[in-house]
Amino acid sequence: MTALIIDYGMGNLGSVRRSLEECGADVVISRNPSDLDQASHVVLPGVGAFQDGMKRLTESGWPEAIRKTALDEGVPFLGICLGMQLLATTGSEGGTTSGLNLIPGHVIRFETDDPEIRIPHVGWNEVHFSEQTYPFEEIPSGGDFYFVHSFHFQPDNAESIAATTPYCGEFVSVVRNNLIVGTQFHPEKSSRYGRQLLNNFLAL
Amino acid sequence: MLKTRLIPTLLWKNFGLVKGVSFDSWRRIGTVLPAIKVYNTRDVDELVLLDIAATDEGREPDYESIEELAAECFVPFTIGGGITETAHIRNLLKAGADKVVINSAAYENPQLIQQGANQFGAQCIVASIDAKRTPDGSYRCFSHCGSKKTNQHPANWAQTLEQLGAGEILITSVDEDGVMNGYDLPLIKAISQRVSIPVIASGGAGHYSHFVEAIQQAGASAVAAASMFHFTEQTPAEGKQHMAEKGIAVRNIRIIG
Repeated sequence: MTALIIDYGMGNLGSVRRSLEECGADVVISRNPSDLDQASHVVLPGVGAFQDGMKRLTESGWPEAIRKTALDEGVPFLGICLGMQLLATTGSEGGTTSGLNLIPGHVIRFETDDPEIRIPHVGWNEVHFSEQTYPFEEIPSGGDFYFVHSFHFQPDNAESIAATTPYCGEFVSVVRNNLIVGTQFHPEKSSRYGRQLLNNFLAL
Repeated sequence: MLKTRLIPTLLWKNFGLVKGVSFDSWRRIGTVLPAIKVYNTRDVDELVLLDIAATDEGREPDYESIEELAAECFVPFTIGGGITETAHIRNLLKAGADKVVINSAAYENPQLIQQGANQFGAQCIVASIDAKRTPDGSYRCFSHCGSKKTNQHPANWAQTLEQLGAGEILITSVDEDGVMNGYDLPLIKAISQRVSIPVIASGGAGHYSHFVEAIQQAGASAVAAASMFHFTEQTPAEGKQHMAEKGIAVRNIRIIG
């Protein structure tokens, strides 16, 4: 089992690697799309802006390779935070940009007039789901995960919604298309439940 | 709903963990790595680590040490001290920081906040303000670990930092720091009313009730504390239990081991 973490210069790979290793995975951090051939699991992490992230992925030739691995070959794929948002069709951060389009939808900014609702959404919040299927085995619905973001993923299709979180109304915190999953929260920073989610991913 | 965070602050100087009073009289209280491991097992909501010597010594953050520390931290890890360029932010995020804290450099180069937010996202830029009361009762911002008076007023400066793109404000009262008599509530309130980003209250916590005051009376989104965890028997878990009893939503209130 080799989990490959895509390194496209968007930060915080260390804690993702360390968490996956704690779960028993062999981890490769890669800047080379051809390494995907050897991966049993692929993680797209990321902190930062959509436009910058997509630009960096494209410069290194990742988008086509990711589509082939995740869509055609069905290799389990996990997008985290910005990595989740990049799964969308478009993002609006820093101007409208095309995403990887693995899960149809759009990434938009939280909008609120309520001074009590502070943006960015930073901290621990609940993740609610109705079906205890992948990636939520052994995790209670409503459990707290760690979030830090100002934009959120709005899927085109209801079947892409795996979980929601109550903030600024309610937003989609986990998207899923078969074995492609994106989490707006950081499982690698979400203590026990986050560890369980990574275990569920690696168990595929 | 979003849970209110309780954040232990770790101050780091000359490879050791220290704590002072009003940014002075530093006492060495241990080493950083074991402290991070302990806080991990106690399931704290986030850790803030500030390298308080970096700016004074005119050096960059110590990325190698931070990488080792971050590897052991399974909750959000927020790191400050010595950041003067966006390259430093990139290196810290690469070393495993989830967010970075910028304080002194923002006075000299406010664009650093803007560039950092543009390149890495506002969510990872925490702007820190150290404030002291002046004889006439107003507040002033101080840079360089509380040693240099600036001409900025905290609430105005917080608003400027928000406009530049900061994702959170960490407000510390230098006067109350380490005294354990409670947060400077008027200071925190002035800031939380002025900005719409989360405000972390810091400086003065000595009892669990102080957390509740900062949140319910002064509008803080999160509370930070150091001395009370180092020098008293009080724990983050019990702190959250107390907050929950007072009607504040917190994560994992059950007390572990």
